[in-house]
Amino acid sequence: MASPLEQFEVTRIGPPIHLFGYDISFTNSALWMCIVAGSAAVLLTLGASSRRLVPTRLQSLTEMSYVFVADMIRSASGTDGLKFFPFIFTLFFFVLFANVYGMFPLGLFPLIRPFTVTSHIVVTFALAIFVFVMVIVVGIAKHGIKFFGLFAPNVPVWMLIFLVPIEVISFCSRPISLSVRLFANMMAGHTMLNVFGGFVIGLAAAGGAVKFLSFAPVVAIIGVSALEFLIAFLQAYVFAILTCIYLNDALHPHH
Amino acid sequence: MDLMAAKMIGAGLATIALIGAGVGIGIIFGNYLAGALRNPGAAQGQFTNLLVGFALCEFTGLLGVVMAFIILFT
Repeated sequence: MASPLEQFEVTRIGPPIHLFGYDISFTNSALWMCIVAGSAAVLLTLGASSRRLVPTRLQSLTEMSYVFVADMIRSASGTDGLKFFPFIFTLFFFVLFANVYGMFPLGLFPLIRPFTVTSHIVVTFALAIFVFVMVIVVGIAKHGIKFFGLFAPNVPVWMLIFLVPIEVISFCSRPISLSVRLFANMMAGHTMLNVFGGFVIGLAAAGGAVKFLSFAPVVAIIGVSALEFLIAFLQAYVFAILTCIYLNDALHPHH
Repeated sequence: MDLMAAKMIGAGLATIALIGAGVGIGIIFGNYLAGALRNPGAAQGQFTNLLVGFALCEFTGLLGVVMAFIILFT
C-alpha cells in the first residue's frame, strides 16, 4: 500500500523549464494554486457584479464575506487597518479555498490528482514572510525609528536588558509560527485521513468475521472529515486575524 | 539498536508534545465556557481571543508532530 505521505508529492506537468540554474517547471502545486486563485476570483467577482437590492444567493455570500473580513480587520487593527482590506481579503480567501479544495474527494475521478496547496511549508512560509516584511515596511514608513519602540515596553530600564531580546525573538519567530501552524495542520489532517482510510482497506482484506469491523474506521473518517472542514476554515481565519494583529503592531506600535 | 528502530522510538517520543497541546486547548475552551456561562453577554466579544489562543496553543503541539515527521522521513 502507498505511503500516507504520497499525496503531498509535487510532480512536474509539461516540459521541464530551467532558468538561471533553477528548475521552474510547471508542477501540480502550481496548477492547483492557479485553480484556487482563479476560482476564488471568478466566484467573488460574479457575486459582486450583480448589484440587486434583494441579493441573489451568490451576491449575499459575497456581501457576507466582505462584512466578515471588514469586521475582523476593524476589531483587530482599528479603522485605519481597513486600508489593507484588499490584501487581507485576498490572503483569507486564498488560504480558505486552498484548504477546502484539499478536502474534496477529487481522487475518485480518473485523471484528477487532488492536492492541498497549503500542505507545503514553502507555500505557507512564502505567505508568512510576505506578511512579516510588509509589517516591518509599513511600521517604518509610518513611524520611522519609533517603530522599534515596539521592542521596548514601558518597564524599568534594568528590565529592558531581559525584555528586549525576548521581544525581538518573539517578533522574529512570527513568520515561522504563522507558516508552520497552517502547514502542520493541513499535513497532519490529510495524513490522518489517509491512515484511517488504510485501516478500512486493511480490515476489509482480512478474512472471516473481522472484515465486518471495517465499517468502524468509516464512521471515524466521517467525523474526522467534518473536523477537517472546521479546521480548514479555522486555520484560514487564524492566519488572517494574526495578520491583522501583526499589522496593528505596525500601525499603533505603542502598547 | 539500529538507526531505524531508534528513529521510530524518537518519532513516537516527539508526539508526547501533543499532551501539552491537548491540556492547553482543554483549559482554553473550558475557561471560555465557564466565563461564557457566567456572563453570556460578554461571550461573543471574546470569541476572537478564544480562537487566537486556541491557535497559539495548538502550535506548540504541532511543532512536536512536525519534529516527528522530520525524524521519520529524513
